[in-house]
Amino acid sequence: MSANLRVKSSEYIDETHRVSFKFNGKTYYGFKGDTLASALLANDVHLVGRSFKYHRPRGIMTAGSEEPNAIVQVNDKTNRTEPNVRATEVEIYEGLEASSQNCWPNVNFDIGGINNLISPFLPAGFYYKTFMWPASFWEKYEFFIRHSAGLGKSPSEKDPDIYDHRNIHCDVLVVGAGISGILAAKNAAKNNFKTLLIDEKNELGGATIYQNKEFNKIDNQSSSDWIKKEINGLKNISNLEIKTRTSVAAYHGYNYLLARENLTDHLENKDKDNKVRQRLLKIRAKKVILATGALERPLIFNNNDRPGIMLSTAVKKYADFFGVKCGKKNVFFTNNDSAYESALCLYNKGIKVDAIIDIRNNSNSKIVKAVKQVGIQIYWSHTVVDTNGYRRLNNISIMKLSNDGMTVTGNRINISCDCLGVAGGWTPAVHLFTQSGGKLKFDEDNNLFLPNKYPSDQISVGSCNGNFNLNEIMKELSIKLKEFLKINQTDFDNIVIESEEETSKRNIWLLPSDKAIGKTKPFVDYQNDATAKDIKLALREGFRSIEHVKRYTTTGMGTDQGKLGNMHALGIIADTAGVKMGELGTTTFRPPYTPLTFGTIVGRNVGEFFDVFRRTAMNNWHIENKAEFENVGQWKRGWYYPINGETMHQAVQRESKAARESAGILDASTLGKIDIQGSDASEFLNRVYTNAWSKLAIGKCRYGLMLNEDGMVYDDGVTTRLGENHYLMTTTTGGAANVLGKLEDYLQTEWPELDVYLTSVTDHYATASVCGPNSKKILKKIIPDLDLSDENFPHMSFKEAKINNIKCRVMRISFTGEHSYEVNIQASFGKALWEKCIEAGKEFNITPYGTETMHLLRAEKGFIIVGQDTDGTMTPIDLQMDWIVSKKKYDFIGKRSLYRSDTMREDRKQLVGLLTDDPNIILEEGAQIVSELNQNPIQMLGHITSSYFSPNLNKSIALAVVRGGKDMMGKKLFIPMEDKTISVTVANPVFFDEENKRLNA
Amino acid sequence: MFVINCPYCGERDQQEFKAGGEAHIERPKQPTELSDDEWAEYLFMRKNIKGVQFERWNHAHGCRKWFNMVRDTSNDEIKLVYKMGEKPPLE
Ligand SMILES: [Zn+2]
Repeated sequence: MSANLRVKSSEYIDETHRVSFKFNGKTYYGFKGDTLASALLANDVHLVGRSFKYHRPRGIMTAGSEEPNAIVQVNDKTNRTEPNVRATEVEIYEGLEASSQNCWPNVNFDIGGINNLISPFLPAGFYYKTFMWPASFWEKYEFFIRHSAGLGKSPSEKDPDIYDHRNIHCDVLVVGAGISGILAAKNAAKNNFKTLLIDEKNELGGATIYQNKEFNKIDNQSSSDWIKKEINGLKNISNLEIKTRTSVAAYHGYNYLLARENLTDHLENKDKDNKVRQRLLKIRAKKVILATGALERPLIFNNNDRPGIMLSTAVKKYADFFGVKCGKKNVFFTNNDSAYESALCLYNKGIKVDAIIDIRNNSNSKIVKAVKQVGIQIYWSHTVVDTNGYRRLNNISIMKLSNDGMTVTGNRINISCDCLGVAGGWTPAVHLFTQSGGKLKFDEDNNLFLPNKYPSDQISVGSCNGNFNLNEIMKELSIKLKEFLKINQTDFDNIVIESEEETSKRNIWLLPSDKAIGKTKPFVDYQNDATAKDIKLALREGFRSIEHVKRYTTTGMGTDQGKLGNMHALGIIADTAGVKMGELGTTTFRPPYTPLTFGTIVGRNVGEFFDVFRRTAMNNWHIENKAEFENVGQWKRGWYYPINGETMHQAVQRESKAARESAGILDASTLGKIDIQGSDASEFLNRVYTNAWSKLAIGKCRYGLMLNEDGMVYDDGVTTRLGENHYLMTTTTGGAANVLGKLEDYLQTEWPELDVYLTSVTDHYATASVCGPNSKKILKKIIPDLDLSDENFPHMSFKEAKINNIKCRVMRISFTGEHSYEVNIQASFGKALWEKCIEAGKEFNITPYGTETMHLLRAEKGFIIVGQDTDGTMTPIDLQMDWIVSKKKYDFIGKRSLYRSDTMREDRKQLVGLLTDDPNIILEEGAQIVSELNQNPIQMLGHITSSYFSPNLNKSIALAVVRGGKDMMGKKLFIPMEDKTISVTVANPVFFDEENKRLNA
Repeated sequence: MFVINCPYCGERDQQEFKAGGEAHIERPKQPTELSDDEWAEYLFMRKNIKGVQFERWNHAHGCRKWFNMVRDTSNDEIKLVYKMGEKPPLE
């Protein structure tokens, strides 16, 4: 490695611990404590990526999470690879491999760089404009754009890591562990608030831990020494939990925050296994203190994006914290004093600083005087008008600024340099504050958006509140903390602070050049390659709203959300449009503050834990007997039971025939079951079902249809009267929870006077449904003492019975059209009941069947399935089920809607049966139905809702909804498919045993 | 994500609750007496206010009780919760 770029050793870097890593396939060395960015800079690597649109060479700009350029792919081609990672946040470890993104074929020679040469043809809105051209143009561009665009590669292998979620409740959450955050957390915890302190870095202390020792003093010590003592003292505070490497991603209402805690990303790959990689903290805080600090602003000038052009404080941090000098010939370019602090720090470390270019006319603050004393040349009232160097900065040109700052005068002065530290002032990090719903105000004097109206119990302190002077920060913090926490004093009320004071200001959002703006590239959004020129173009083209300009130019729309340049974009818009920035407003900052991995978001809810599974008591039998399963709601239901390698079709045909010819058995446990009791139970059912219930005798069952208030079918099922004031309602499998909710809603809100109690008993009972001509004989074997004669136990009735002394409920009801019984038993005996039925049915070839055969058998009978044959737009009249709608009842849910002009239209879609002219063609569910083939455009009359090949009828059958279908009996219709048109005839939807003879067979 | 003060259980996380639309829309006692327009008014028309709105909420993953809430939809501030059947506050 080029050791000469390491300066005086830093206490944060362990020089005894050398770490090797690879970047773009080449091996480099760094030290423990380095970030990927600091280690690359120490190796004199500035060029780390290519920009998104022009593929311009880009280098490391910052030392933090706001980095727009140094975005890398980590551990490419492994199952742990991750794109869009900021090199400034990656802590290096032995074996780390990282690579540049967005460059093809490689970072040094990038074919997309040609975009840079043709950039006059890639103006703002390029992508939108391209889409608007004739479609044929787009195809030509597509290959080129797709191949050379895109940020990083998503992993193609399964993620081996474990992710976790944790809920945290605390009294006070402090975000940011700079000096303000540390003191806030300490004083909160010491005053008995359960406190959580979070920082995205691995070290506490923010910028103060490496702050300039001469110009910031607290109690006669350097501020960095003072803060280190404070940090040490935090360890002994019992009420305080500290989380480092944890970034708050989102701040929602009611002080609900999401943070990502990074646990293993900094470890060697071998140490990552079997550990939680990242944890999503779901934090509910009574009070929140935001101490998120401020981001340094760049300056917007021509060609301000070359590798080697960095934020001035980043240059300082690399020197002070990481012991790395970013260049051999360093120059600063500034509009404020902070570049002087950086320059002085470099000077003190023996790093040469050739010049400071300052757009201000003068400054006589202490720190400027100190810089003058050490002989660094200062160019007052000058600006950078151009920069040179393709893969690395090698030279800048500066010129004198006019008094109004709009133009430059005089001659160019060229200064050779390989690192330019840029200081454009500070932007308070108000992102989280605005996410929480906070409203900003604009400070015209200092060009800052500052927190104004707090939407919840929170405060912003320190530089995120617009305070940049240490003395003022501490004074304000003390006042604010006492008020916010309602405490009488803080432990830093009496400290003595010496800090520098800035004496002059000048802000120019877009610095002029000696070239016409059309010939310059002043980047505002580095990641998305949006320039000041693009913003001006958008305004010329008529865009006014800041949100529109943002989308049109893609300013602030990268993975960094334009953290560096958003303010300049606003400033340039305001200047160009001649409005005040405060009136313009800002764009919305949306979560996450920095990107989250999908793993963190889903946590443990992956694979089998993705959703809850519900299994019936008979489930193990189904597994042992090789059932194929189907998901119905959260239930795992037996779908079909293939034997000897049958296909699904073969199995279903066999099961369907067996059920009608001898006996079939279905696990019906998943149907929703609601126990209804109370003296008004009958009246309640009258109100919720379309048909009448008062006269249903005890021990009888009835099919009911439930509507929404809009008259559309909502659910259906059989309800049994168990006693005078006692019913058992069944619902569809998928609708059970919603039906219960709806019934409770009406009981609690509309009819609280009714004496009715509802209890969900779905899980309490297991249900075996035995059907077919031999079902009676099988049941006789299981329950010998139950009189199964039609006189004693007719269709649609219920009996209490016992099997081996276990109570069960037997309903003689049928969803297949066959003679059939449903036996309900306490769920723990479900599997035993099932096995008993199978055993008893052996001599009758009892055949277990699943949901597919059930659907086929009921379709043969024309029974609807709510949710398959209905879709929330079908009334009972549309379903040709007029018979179930009581004309006598005064009211029931949805009744009035059945007489609305719209629901009474004759040309509504209505349920019909369809028979294909060729009985072997099975229609596709969802296929469209038409009556005329030569129309243009062709008019769709409806669609197929259920379709099967019926083995019992030996032909294809289908149910469909067709506009005006009721009056189309016998009419020919057509199903146009991709390869053919199928002709069908409208038929009665009851295809099989129309007289219901088999129910009593 | 709100913290909702269920009138029966106390403060709970929003994920335990289900929103149920505008409150104080009583189901007509005699629907058959209503014209299509009057029925449509009950069935479809909702105010959807930006500002203070009266809403129904259900503690679905808790006590399962329905209750009323006064919420400012512009900033999600919950001003009040009260039980079903109780009169809405005048302002
Ligand atoms: Zn509750």
